[in-house]
Amino acid sequence: MIIDCKNITKVYGSGTTQTNVLKGVSFSIAEGEFVAIMGPSGSGKSTLMHILGALDTPTSGKYLFDNEDISKLSDDELSNIRMEKIGFVFQSFNLLPRTTVLRNVELPLIYANIPKKERENIATKALDDSAFPDEFRDLHSNQLSGGMMQRVAIARSLVNDPALILADEPTGNLDSKTGEIVLSTFQKLNKQHKKTIVLITHEQYIAEHADRIIHIRDGNIVSDENNNKKRIARSEPSEEN
Amino acid sequence: MTTKDLWEETYNAITVNKVRSGLTMLGIVIGIASVIAMVAIGQGTQASIQSSIQSLGSNLIMIMPGAQRSFGTVVRSQAGSSQTLTPEDADAIAALDGVAAVAREVSGRYQVVYKGNNANTNVIGTNAAYTSVRNLQIDQGVFITDNDVTASSKNAVIGATVLQNLFATINASATPDQALGQTIRIKGGQFKIIGVTIAKGGSGFSNQDDTIYIPYTTAQRLLVGSTAYLGEIDVQAQDQGLMTNVQSEITNLLLSRHKISDPTKADFNVMNQSDIVSTASSVTNTFTTLLASIAAISLLVGGIGIMNMMLTTVTERTREIGLRKAVGAKKRDITMQFLAESVMLTFTGGLMGVALGWFIAFCISYFASITTSISWQYILLAFGVSAAIGIIFGYYPAKRAAELNPIEALRYE
Ligand SMILES: Nc1ncnc2c1ncn2[C@@H]1O[C@H](COP(=O)(O)OP(=O)(O)OP(=O)(O)O)[C@@H](O)[C@H]1O
Ligand SMILES: [Mg+2]
Repeated sequence: MIIDCKNITKVYGSGTTQTNVLKGVSFSIAEGEFVAIMGPSGSGKSTLMHILGALDTPTSGKYLFDNEDISKLSDDELSNIRMEKIGFVFQSFNLLPRTTVLRNVELPLIYANIPKKERENIATKALDDSAFPDEFRDLHSNQLSGGMMQRVAIARSLVNDPALILADEPTGNLDSKTGEIVLSTFQKLNKQHKKTIVLITHEQYIAEHADRIIHIRDGNIVSDENNNKKRIARSEPSEEN
Repeated sequence: MTTKDLWEETYNAITVNKVRSGLTMLGIVIGIASVIAMVAIGQGTQASIQSSIQSLGSNLIMIMPGAQRSFGTVVRSQAGSSQTLTPEDADAIAALDGVAAVAREVSGRYQVVYKGNNANTNVIGTNAAYTSVRNLQIDQGVFITDNDVTASSKNAVIGATVLQNLFATINASATPDQALGQTIRIKGGQFKIIGVTIAKGGSGFSNQDDTIYIPYTTAQRLLVGSTAYLGEIDVQAQDQGLMTNVQSEITNLLLSRHKISDPTKADFNVMNQSDIVSTASSVTNTFTTLLASIAAISLLVGGIGIMNMMLTTVTERTREIGLRKAVGAKKRDITMQFLAESVMLTFTGGLMGVALGWFIAFCISYFASITTSISWQYILLAFGVSAAIGIIFGYYPAKRAAELNPIEALRYE
């Protein structure tokens, strides 16, 4: 199991302003799975993703990531876990502006002390895997369209060869056609590269591209089922070769 | 993160907003430049004062009237400010062993007139020994002789600056032969110019070129109005090695002549050149320190500017910091990144500041003919200080960046 949550809770604030965002969540995800976490706004999806992604620790409960209990680690120890084993894709891309596409993709490797030459090779390959066109690689990230930016972000999430890719509303800022391309990239990464992918969304249609859908409402899991009518996203013919 | 990557990131971050980085850096540039320029002026002044004191004469011992004061409070006293030295004291000193020559002095500043040309200048009444004691050379004519002193003659010898002030016309500078034999008026008395001294250069402190020499007896009668006292006695020892001896002999002699038993209550000061050099040095040191501290304040202001900009940068780049942390940056990486930015700003500022300060010092000595000199220690210190400012004022913003919670930082709008 790559992810194993037991009775995870998360409480923000204290006293009268206290909010119980997660109220005892338990589930596990095996390597190679493609899981969608679905739920309405404010249900605690992002909060859960932060815990799964070692960006935050749960208030109580036990979280085994890659068979290691990381619920009590220090900030820098969590940084190490993220650096080595987790890739993030955010709704708002979060690229470094005025920085080239290549440098953006290299960023996690800079903190992993990988030499420049090797970094560039890995980053180039990751850009290929996320179907990013060659001709845009020397542009600055802020000169790209949203769809292109998200592909850069996906490439960035791949460079450290993570065991887990976490994507929080990755299509939220994209039109349906570009969203489709992004989804097809995830499906390809899952199928061909055997990456474990956790996709967070509030849209049923998007969630149906995963193999398994976990529904969450008001901080509780309300359903956890395999998706037997999986949609296959179509990438544009020009993106395939 | 390797050092090379760190500098690459830093360079990119600083060049993204060139105007802002430049303006912030300007604070440090100005601060360092003013420190360098001020120290250069201070050190240059000190060096030139020292050399002008050395040029006063060799093996020189100066005796001035007045109560003993600690060095640093008095370097010279005006004639009449205190009346304790007499011509008889000078005679007695001349009789001591190891004394080569004794110059008597009565001095003051007076208005001097030659045919409608006016100059306010230093007038020294003295005797023939002055030339050897004070290392003074005559360009044309002769110096005051002992006969002039005995006869209280109204003969005068003028310095090169006085010559120009009184005799130069709009079109041409004066030559010594124009002045010889001419009559000038000092405080109502008519004096005949019998000599002109060679220009010694130097400025301000004890400028021998801006001086008129007359017999001291004449000066006593005409200018001071009393023949009883001298303003200063200058003694030339026969040998450098005899200086301390002669100095203590003079002190003992004058104490007994003035009937003073407690040496701390002496009514005169005996100083030699090295005393004066150290007095002057302590004065110029204070002066340099003062100038440098004023400049240091501008450096402090520059440092606060750096801190201000770094805090703004950290706020602006909150999301970036969150992202860097999400992809694996540790606290140390973030701290180092922001520290490197502020140090790079201040160090570059320091580099430019040293260059600018040097240039200012050069301009000052070129256009205002104030000697400047700057030593390597100060330049290295300036670099050290500018890097230190980067660390000190960059530390808090960097720490703040490193402590940001990655989730909060990623959500930041
Ligand atoms: N740092 C925080 N402090 C206090 N409350 C918080 C904090 N972060 C999240 N919350 C609260 O937790 C709840 C769940 O937030 P979360 O972001 O996980 O929801 P979500 O399911 O991702 O919603 P959306 O679909 O809108 O992104 C919200 O009510 C939110 O106000
Ligand atoms: Mg959310």
